[in-house]
Amino acid sequence: MGFSQHTGKDGRLSMPSLFQQIQAGKVWDFHGGIHPPTRKQQTSQKPVAVMPLPDRLYIPLRQHIGVAGQLLVKAGETVLKGQPLTLADNSMAVPVHAPTSGTVLAITPHTGAHPSALPELTLVLAPDGKEQWREREPLTLASCDNMTLLNRIQESGIAGMGGAGFPTHLKTGVNQPVDYLIINAVECEPYITADDLLMQEAATTIVKGIDILCQLLNPKAVLIGIEDDKPIAAAAMMAACSQREHYYVRTVPTKYPSGGEKQLIQLLTNKEVPNGRRPVDIGIVMQNVGTAFAIAQAVLDDHPLLSRIVTVAGDTLSQPQNVLTLIGTPVSSLLNFCGFQSEPKQRVIMGGPMMGFTLADLSVPVVKTTNCILAPTAEELPAASNEMDCIRCSSCADACPASLLPQQLLWYSKAKDSEKLAEYNLADCIECGACAYVCPSEIPLVQYYRVAKAELREQQREALKAEQAKARFEARNARLEREKQERAERNQQLAAARQQQQLASGANNAVADALARIKAKQAQASADTANTATETASAATQSSADKTAILAERERKKQQAREYQQQKAAAIAAEMKADENAATDASTDQIATPSDSAAADNSNSTADNKAAAVAAAIARARAKKAAETAPNTAAPVQTDAEASTEAKTETDNDADPRKAAVAAALARAKAKKAAETMQSTAPAETAAAALTAADSEAGNGVDPRKAAIAAAIARAKAKKQADSENS
Amino acid sequence: MSFKIASSPHQHNQLSTAQIMRLVAFACLPGIAVQAVLFGYGVIIQLLLAIVTAWCSEALVLKLRNKPILPRLKDNSALLTAVLLAIAIPPYAPWWIIVIGTAFAIIMVKQLYGGLGNNLFNPAMAAYVLLLISFPLQMTQWLPPLSLQSVSLTPADAVCAVFSQYSCSGFSLTQLQSSIDGITMATPLDTLRTDLSRGLTLDESLTKPVFFAFAGAGWLWVNLAYLLGGLLLIQQKIISWRIPVAVLASLFVLSSIASLAAPDTMAGPLFHLFSGGTMLAAFFIATDPVSASTTNRGRLIYGALIGVLVFLIRNFGGYPDAYAFAVLLANMAVPLIDYYTRPRTYGHRTRSER
Amino acid sequence: MTLVTALIAVGTLALVFGAVLGYAAIRFKVEADPLVEQIDDILPQTQCGQCGYPGCRPYAEAIANGDDINKCPPGGEATIRKLADLMGVEAKPLNEAQTESVKRVAYIREDECIGCTKCIQACPVDAIVGASKLMHTVLVDECTGCDLCVEPCPVDCIDMVPLTVTPERWKWDLASIPVKMVD
Repeated sequence: MGFSQHTGKDGRLSMPSLFQQIQAGKVWDFHGGIHPPTRKQQTSQKPVAVMPLPDRLYIPLRQHIGVAGQLLVKAGETVLKGQPLTLADNSMAVPVHAPTSGTVLAITPHTGAHPSALPELTLVLAPDGKEQWREREPLTLASCDNMTLLNRIQESGIAGMGGAGFPTHLKTGVNQPVDYLIINAVECEPYITADDLLMQEAATTIVKGIDILCQLLNPKAVLIGIEDDKPIAAAAMMAACSQREHYYVRTVPTKYPSGGEKQLIQLLTNKEVPNGRRPVDIGIVMQNVGTAFAIAQAVLDDHPLLSRIVTVAGDTLSQPQNVLTLIGTPVSSLLNFCGFQSEPKQRVIMGGPMMGFTLADLSVPVVKTTNCILAPTAEELPAASNEMDCIRCSSCADACPASLLPQQLLWYSKAKDSEKLAEYNLADCIECGACAYVCPSEIPLVQYYRVAKAELREQQREALKAEQAKARFEARNARLEREKQERAERNQQLAAARQQQQLASGANNAVADALARIKAKQAQASADTANTATETASAATQSSADKTAILAERERKKQQAREYQQQKAAAIAAEMKADENAATDASTDQIATPSDSAAADNSNSTADNKAAAVAAAIARARAKKAAETAPNTAAPVQTDAEASTEAKTETDNDADPRKAAVAAALARAKAKKAAETMQSTAPAETAAAALTAADSEAGNGVDPRKAAIAAAIARAKAKKQADSENS
Repeated sequence: MSFKIASSPHQHNQLSTAQIMRLVAFACLPGIAVQAVLFGYGVIIQLLLAIVTAWCSEALVLKLRNKPILPRLKDNSALLTAVLLAIAIPPYAPWWIIVIGTAFAIIMVKQLYGGLGNNLFNPAMAAYVLLLISFPLQMTQWLPPLSLQSVSLTPADAVCAVFSQYSCSGFSLTQLQSSIDGITMATPLDTLRTDLSRGLTLDESLTKPVFFAFAGAGWLWVNLAYLLGGLLLIQQKIISWRIPVAVLASLFVLSSIASLAAPDTMAGPLFHLFSGGTMLAAFFIATDPVSASTTNRGRLIYGALIGVLVFLIRNFGGYPDAYAFAVLLANMAVPLIDYYTRPRTYGHRTRSER
Repeated sequence: MTLVTALIAVGTLALVFGAVLGYAAIRFKVEADPLVEQIDDILPQTQCGQCGYPGCRPYAEAIANGDDINKCPPGGEATIRKLADLMGVEAKPLNEAQTESVKRVAYIREDECIGCTKCIQACPVDAIVGASKLMHTVLVDECTGCDLCVEPCPVDCIDMVPLTVTPERWKWDLASIPVKMVD
């Protein structure tokens, strides 16, 4: 109902009355919600503690939604406090800064602050304790335009500090008109008091930050939403705002999840964000109170986002409190600072008890979005007991702030019915956990939805990829078809030209001439590589010769393909035969013949590196196969060593195709020899053979250096093999 | 020490399925007590029989299905089914009636559909209908309330009656059923139906001793006791107010209109609300979460549907009381109701707005 | 007489309803995608040819003409199920037992690549870049994991490697997180 009244044109028309209602202090309600015990007293009455510098800081390069910036520093470099470590080279990037001065130890993957505990690229910083600042250039609000402000916000690395981490400069750099700027100070999750303390201690700075946001967005009114269980913070904010007439501090009833973006919008303005749109589409921008504070620091002090207030709570701590923590501080240091006494099967939660995730180990660093570290005892937050059957009691539907039907979603999630999931608006689930909280059967509903959502995302990605693949496949087919057609056309033209020529001159002589030309052409082509041959051919003016050259080229390619097929067939045959040990030698001999001749042929007709490579690969493959079938354990290493050496030498030699072919032949011979020796001779002998083989090869190679390397490798392998044999 | 990986939320409220089921069963206690006092101790024997049968059959099927037995017995759902069936049947019905009924409810209606949460029909009511159709005689042998009984029964008599159909002093059930003046007593609803079909007017019929004030003697108190239990459940937020209110409201409205239109043949709203199993059904049976509608609007429709069906069957159908039938018919409509009463999701338009 | 009346009445009714149905069939006709298109949309478009057809579309055409629906290993069980739904036939298990549950992409060991361009020619979606005698590399985002480049490589320098899981693509499988023992 509220939806139809307050969107689009209606929304603009009904503005005055709505605005009046808001001015009068009216606060609305949203569907569902729960009242978990808040347990905020643990930390809300104590001042914010400042933690001493930890030994190491682990700074993930990406701590927001978007892409990481370009790395600016190298391992070993010394950095100053506040120095940017990455460069925001596009609008989706947000830089990270050195939280203190020190030395960059490494830039490596490190367990990230993510439920998956997967490693992310992280910069490891060793603080030097000097706290040396880089040069700072504070701005004044009056002296700069919006562009400067937005750049400063981006350069200072500010991303939504309420939990999502959306880049702030994108959210504040909108072009649409903004009616309401909502400052989210609700902090509805149990335990967390970071924003509460921030407001108690720094309300003035926050309001300065809001002033900057107002300059950027120019809203009609600023609504600051605070839950009614934070009276001190609300009073502090009220006092700080007293000079601004369009700033309204609104207390909302304590109910979870009133701090959700959509829920708070509904609470304060009675508007709903239409499905698939953003709040700014209905003239609302929401910023977290911590973000406002960070903006003020960044603009007015040129103090980038280096630290944040983190609530450290739970009964396993002797001193639960709010701590001003440097970004990158490992959770273990933070917990130890607060007197952590771990239990067996301890849970450590990053974030609140409703939406936070458990950490797999404590080396995870605090990032820009970390508002709470929770280390509860088992009695305090009992682990979920066994999941039971759903009794369709619908408590979940009553608690759902998005008015979804969680049990239907559960049903379809289990059935992986993506169509039905879409129909029941799974995408609108904000994963607040209210449904799972009230579920009497203790079904981990949110977990089911997350899996289903990930699955849906993956499906969409797959579908997109399939579409792209199809487009690429079709484009490729079209290209191949076009090329074929072009070739056909050219051939036709050539044929026509030749016919004309034939008509012009005497028939027999022309043919003889053409043949002569072809031979000359072939001879020329053999000197060049395959590609240049084709090019020269197509560029040449003698049309008939060209055509034959192309034909010859194609014929050659076909021939090559056929040979490759043959060789492959032979190789398969070899494998089969190799099973019977006695037959191995004979078969290798057999195969050697066709490939030998092939290599010779190729070197005759055109220069062919490929042939050499093919031969080398075949030699290697055969050697490998022989090794596989060998009964002697020592043999494989040996044969392998030899084969690879040969292959290498050959590849190196490939400038000279003839020699390459020779080398290939030698390789085959050696493979054969190896097969023989492994049946009869001792390992030491084999090693010696390898050595000689390598040496002789070195003589063959055009590049003695490369051959030497190959020989060295062969020797090393032989030695290794001999060692393993001895031990 | 290792760190435990768990999915959020990490906090749960501690009201479990087993507790909900137990609370509903406890809320039946006032009604059961009144029933035992006014209609004899038979109901307690029936209760014991039903619970034992329910546990046994549940355990048997779970074993056959290779499911863990103890955790599922502990969810108290079989217990609740047994309780509801036991208080719905006549207190002195022969023992095998309740055994067959409970076993059918648990094995056929609940477990064969997939166990707790998967059954389409209310197990207790499906079993009741089975018994009513299969054993109509035994299922209508309600004794008159204590005040009208010619022979008063001791607890020992109750045991004898249930197991042998004769009291320990040798009275047959038919003899027990007759009142002080020797006339065989039926339930008030039954009596009214018979009288009306014989051409008596409502007022003439209501003068009979089986009626008391505006409802049946004894039945008024039983209904009031269940109403009390039901209100407790609503207050504890165990059940939603929507279903009982919808049932009672639709029955009230329809019977008011009917009694205004035909005062001689149609009983008034108070008679309907406080006779038979109205309150038991409205608060305890129709609210069974598994087989009831799950959306808020759906619950109102579902409840109203039951009220309408009860009214129709009581006045125009072949049975004096109709809750079992009404509930089963409404159960069948639940998937449809649920589908068409989905709430509007945040940020989405409603079906009509689209 | 009554018989005739009845016949006429029933006949007229039949005619009327027939006309209504016929009209409705034309008036409310839903233009469905041709079957081949629908099948092609379900297929994963890896163009791998493991079905024995040169690409996904030819296989789609073959299915429309009655070929088996269980010849697409990259699509796996999910594709078979969707095809079974669409074609109204029983879902069969994949004909080869080698269901690929893990997504893989090709990886060229660049030290060993000799620049033969054979894999470039084999790639159905042009996901390999490189020039003759120069090193080739695979565009991971475009690779469909079809395997077709592995066979032609003369030096066996192409591997099919499982796609690494990133936090964005992680599927909330909490059980997959290794539990570390500390202290």
